[in-house]
Order: sequence, then structure tokens, then C-alpha cells
Amino acid sequence: MSKIKSLAELESLRESITKQRDPEKTVITICGGTGCRAYGGDEVIAAFEEELKRHGLTGKVDLRITGCHGFCERGPLVVIKPENIFYQRVRVQHVPELVEKTIVNGKLVERFLFSIIGGDRVVHEEEVPFYARQKRLVFGNNGLIDPTNIEDYLAVGGYAALGKCLSGMSPEEVIDEVKASGLRGRGGGGFPTGRKWETTRKAEGDARYVICNADEGDPGAYMDRSLLEGNPHSVLEGMIIGAYAIGSHQGYIYVRHEYPLAVRNAQIAIQQAEEHGLLGQNILGSGFDFTVRINRGGGAFICGESTALMASMEGKVGEPRAKYVHTSEKGLWDQPTNLNNVETWANIPLIINNGAEWYSSIGTEGSKGTKIFSLVGQIRNTGLVEVPMGITLREIIYDIGNGIPRGKKFKAVQTGGPSGGCIPESLLDTPVDFDELTKIGSMMGSGGMIVMDETTCMVDIAKYFINFLEGESCGKCVPCREGLKRMSQILGNITSGKGQEGDIELLEEMSQFLIDGSLCGLGNTAPNPVLSTIRHFRHEYEAHIKDKKCPAGVCKELTKDGS
Amino acid sequence: MRNMPNSKKKQLKAADKKKIAATLDRYQRDGVMLVSILQDVQAELNYLPEDALKEVSQGLELPLTQVYSVATFFKAFSLKPRGRHLVNICMGTACHVRGSVGILEKLEQELGILPGETTRDYRFTLETVNCVGACALGPIVMVDGKYHGQMTADKVDAVLKGYE
Repeated sequence: MSKIKSLAELESLRESITKQRDPEKTVITICGGTGCRAYGGDEVIAAFEEELKRHGLTGKVDLRITGCHGFCERGPLVVIKPENIFYQRVRVQHVPELVEKTIVNGKLVERFLFSIIGGDRVVHEEEVPFYARQKRLVFGNNGLIDPTNIEDYLAVGGYAALGKCLSGMSPEEVIDEVKASGLRGRGGGGFPTGRKWETTRKAEGDARYVICNADEGDPGAYMDRSLLEGNPHSVLEGMIIGAYAIGSHQGYIYVRHEYPLAVRNAQIAIQQAEEHGLLGQNILGSGFDFTVRINRGGGAFICGESTALMASMEGKVGEPRAKYVHTSEKGLWDQPTNLNNVETWANIPLIINNGAEWYSSIGTEGSKGTKIFSLVGQIRNTGLVEVPMGITLREIIYDIGNGIPRGKKFKAVQTGGPSGGCIPESLLDTPVDFDELTKIGSMMGSGGMIVMDETTCMVDIAKYFINFLEGESCGKCVPCREGLKRMSQILGNITSGKGQEGDIELLEEMSQFLIDGSLCGLGNTAPNPVLSTIRHFRHEYEAHIKDKKCPAGVCKELTKDGS
Repeated sequence: MRNMPNSKKKQLKAADKKKIAATLDRYQRDGVMLVSILQDVQAELNYLPEDALKEVSQGLELPLTQVYSVATFFKAFSLKPRGRHLVNICMGTACHVRGSVGILEKLEQELGILPGETTRDYRFTLETVNCVGACALGPIVMVDGKYHGQMTADKVDAVLKGYE
């Protein structure tokens, strides 16, 4: 592949790719995300290859291994294009029948279609209720493209935004566009992205860096992984645009080592972008240089924090520092550094292609665009959902997630990861919005949404998060290191029947101490799960302490007598 | 007790040293990539013996204290020999609310070890992981990278039997 030297060359390459593709040709897309692979997706893929060969259809029918489609509950997922026939829970033994009936004879196999309430089956992906209420702007291409093939990304309009920036927009204009879009950081903080870019651009330094934070540490959240796995070029394109706007020539993707497929797909994407002249020297003939390297994390939750992440990238222990000076002014190697989350980067091409006005028309006053959530726990439709900001929690849980399985009652939804809060039934009509979620004692976070039913004990959940954070605290500052240990002991006492009068108040007091005294965001937000469960489920704490009973029947020491 | 590594102190073989040197070269001996380098070395040697840390420290021209502190800070690294099979149980929130605690207890009981420990015959090492991001299949136990989803305590025996 020779390097693309201009926007015109990029567009003519795109044209030749789309011309070669027959829109009427049958394409079997199989979800190659980690979830579907864990269900045995690899064997399903191999079986399709085998069956196509047996029918002499190799080459006549395309097989495309795509990124995650999001509906993990029903995997492995197979979507047959151009009709968009949606087959779910396809196992290796079903493949011969599907190829024979649907591909060779053009007939549907009813029992693999999705069945809606009432028993009717729907044929097409877009009719499945799980997808119907979503707005899949960032995540939608995942199901269309093979993440290891840059041509697929180009065919859906990839790198057009980069071409637009490099050929007709000044860095300041790019920053203004991102500012006007109202995009806020998707990693959890919700800081306005354009303003962060502007600060980094204006900061003094010998070099500037951009980093993609893919150290997705929140348990129960996997949107970033699925994006980086399923559409790595969209993340890269966002990073290149950001680097151009900021004036950076070196970027890094910091990714969890527990995500081997994301590491691999990102590596392939970088290599392909370099071969096409979309990364490296003189990108698209514009004179702008930018390279990206991958840095693998070591499995530390704290490394999602910007200063700890950067310390770890410098080959040191991942401990945070006080942020009197922001990383946008002094970050990696003490140079101005712009850190954004995977999903934030993937939003950038959308904003540039469609304009800030279009983007800011989606969402609420203070939160624009869409947000991807990982809807998990005790919910019927587990999966990744992308929704417009402003949708209510109830709509996500009941209309998209289809409610609680096994006839159980809803108890709480936990958003914001270990530093977030538990939201009770009475607040389910709260819209998804950075500020609204903070108001009710939780937060947007990076997008974990864990649904809990009546069999979950809220004191046990608070203990779970505090134990998690105690283990992940780096130990540098005293409030976090010692405070979490004490809180964990108190919660351990309460859940084992040794709770005392005053424990709740003590937990509240210590929480305030952590909020005020901790060095970084981990400690500052660590008490949230405790405070929000006390706020909304105080009666459960009291039942444990006063009556020595666990209403949900989870805490073993309190359930022995059958209570 | 076959394949039992020397639990006292592992002397690096010439071949191991070569592997470490190749890993260092692959990252242009760049100290920035320390975490990635240690991961690759661990993947080659099963764990990080003291001498391997020394090799890395010399190869990158970084103080041994820094390499040691990084190797002991991150959960991903083990300075002790690990078993032939790595059992990882997901303790993420989604798995937790679906009962992963009971499965962990069963694993501890079956293997006679706690998380972070290795069985005496070096058959299994048990570790916990915060989330593997396959929440639809929770609770999840991974053995050598293979996912065993929708686990229950009753299924633990059958899963372990598949690994010698």
C-alpha cells in the first residue's frame, strides 16, 4: 500500500473501495467481541468457514468477523446482510442448518430469531427492542466492520473527519468546534473536552503528548474495551485530530493487559494507519507528524487516574500526585499532556463530520451527545447500550434491559463504578446526565450500570466496594490507606452481626474525612457507595445492627437461624 | 511433582537470558515500556525470578529498586513460581451480585489454597481479577485464558478436572 498524500487521494481510495463492494452481496457478520468469543464464537466462525467451503460458496458469500454488537446476553450473534437477518445464540452445531437454509435456500430459521413479548419473532436487527431504543452513533459501526481491516472503516466514511481537519481547519478551529459541541469527558470526570485541549495547547513545554486512557478498571464496565476492540480506527482518528489541534506529535494508548484482544486490534490498526500514511510523517501530505504507541497497564485500578497513569507510563510505580498543577500543563515527563478516555476520542470524528450544532442538539442542557453503558448484573438483557443523554434510568433498565429476570423485584442500580452510588427505585426517573446523577449521590462514571434485585444486600455491596478500593488504594496518602481499612472493618462487623449503635454515624464521619483529606480521586470518591447506600437504604444497615438480620439473606452470619 | 520449579532461587538459563534480551530489544530498551516488558518476560518465564529483574534492570539501565517496586506494585506480576494452570476468578461487580463469592469459596476449598497461592504440586495457581468484561456470562472462571461462564459452585469440580 502506498501512502495517501492528500484528501483527494483519500477520497478516491474510498471510492474505489466502495465500488468494489457489491451492496447486494451476502455478508455473514459474526460478532467477534470478547463476550461472544467466550460463548464459543471462535468455533462458530470456523464452522461457517467450513460450511461455506462445503457448499462451494467461499468468495461468493463474505464472512466478516466484526466487533461487539452489544447484545452480549444473546451471543454468539450472527447478522446476515444486506437483509440484516438477526440470529442469536448460534452454536457450532447450528451452523450447517443456517448455511443450508438461509444462505443457500434463502429461508429463515425461525428458532434463532429473537422472540419478543407475546412470542412473535422479529427478523431484522433493528426491530429487536434492545436496539430500537438506542442511538448508536459511536458504537453502531462496530457491527459493520472488521476491526482488523482498515478498508472496512474507510468504507463507512472513516478518516474523512481527519481529512477535513488537516485540509481545511486550523487547530484553533478544531478546538472551537469541540468546545461548541459541548462534549464532556466520558471517563467519568465529565470535564469539557475542548477546554482541556485548549489548556494543553496553550501550556508551555518542549513537547506535548496525547494519551488514550483504555485502562478500564471499573468492575462491570467494558464499553471502552469493546470500542477499542471493535472499532480501533475511530479511536485513532479521534486521537490524530486531537493531536493536530493540540500540537502533539506523540500519542500513547494505555490499555489494560487483561484486554488482549483490544491490545492486538489496536496494534493492527496503528500499523495499517501507518502504512496508509494516516499516522507517521507528513499525514495526508499536510506536514503534520504524529505517532502512537501502545502501553499495557499492570492491572491496577488506580492507574485510571491521570497522574498515576502517567507515572506508570514513565516506568514508575503507579502512584498519583497532588494536582496543584494539572496534567494538561505538566503531565507525562512534565510536559503538557492531554488525557482522554477511549469513548471521548471516538466521539471526535462524529463531531467534526457532522458539526458541533448537530452534536449539541442531542442530549440535555449540560450533557451532550450519547453515552455507552454496560448494563449488567441482575438484568434480562445484559449488554452494551448507547443512549442519548437525558434518557431516564427506568427507560434503560426496563425498555432496553427488559427488567429483572426470574420474577424478582428491582432494588437498586449502581452507576459510576466503585466510586459511584446506588440508586433506589424511587429515583429511576432521573435522566442520564452528568449533573443530575451527581445530585442524587451517584455519578455518570465511565458507564458501568449494575442492576441489583431484592436478593442483593446493600450493606454487603458497600462492603464489596470498600474492600475493592482498600485493595486498590496505592497506599500513598493516609486518609485513603487507613480510612478504607477502618471502614472495611466496620462494614465487616456489621455484616457479621457485630455491628454497634453509632457505626452508621462513624461511617459517615470517616467518609467526610476521606472526601476532604485524600490525595486523589480514588480516595475522594471512595465513600460514595457507603454514603449512597446509607442515604437510600439506611433501614438495611439498621436491620443488620439492631435486629442482627440481613433482609436480603446474603450475610451468612446473620442468616443461620433462618431469618 | 513433575515440572516442579526450584522454589528456592531460580538460576536463569542461557536461553532465558536470551529471551529477556530479545524482549528488551523488541521495546528498543526503552524504560517507558517497563510494565509491558515485565509482562512479556513473565509470559516467557511463568513468573519474575530475581535474576530476571536484575537482567531487566541492567538492560534498561534502571535502578533495581525501581524495577522491583514496579514488579511488586502491579497485581499482574508474580515473584513466585506459578502453577501449570492459572485459575482466575472474576470478582467484578456483575459477577459479585450473581454469586461469585460462593464460587471462590468452593475453589479455595477444592484447591486448598487462597487467592495468590499455588498448589503444592504446582498444578494450579488461584488468582482473582477485578473484571474480565464478559459480564453476560457471569459468574466467570477463567483457566489459562479460557472462559467458563455461568459458573456455579457445583460446576467447579468438572472444570478443574479438565486441567492436569
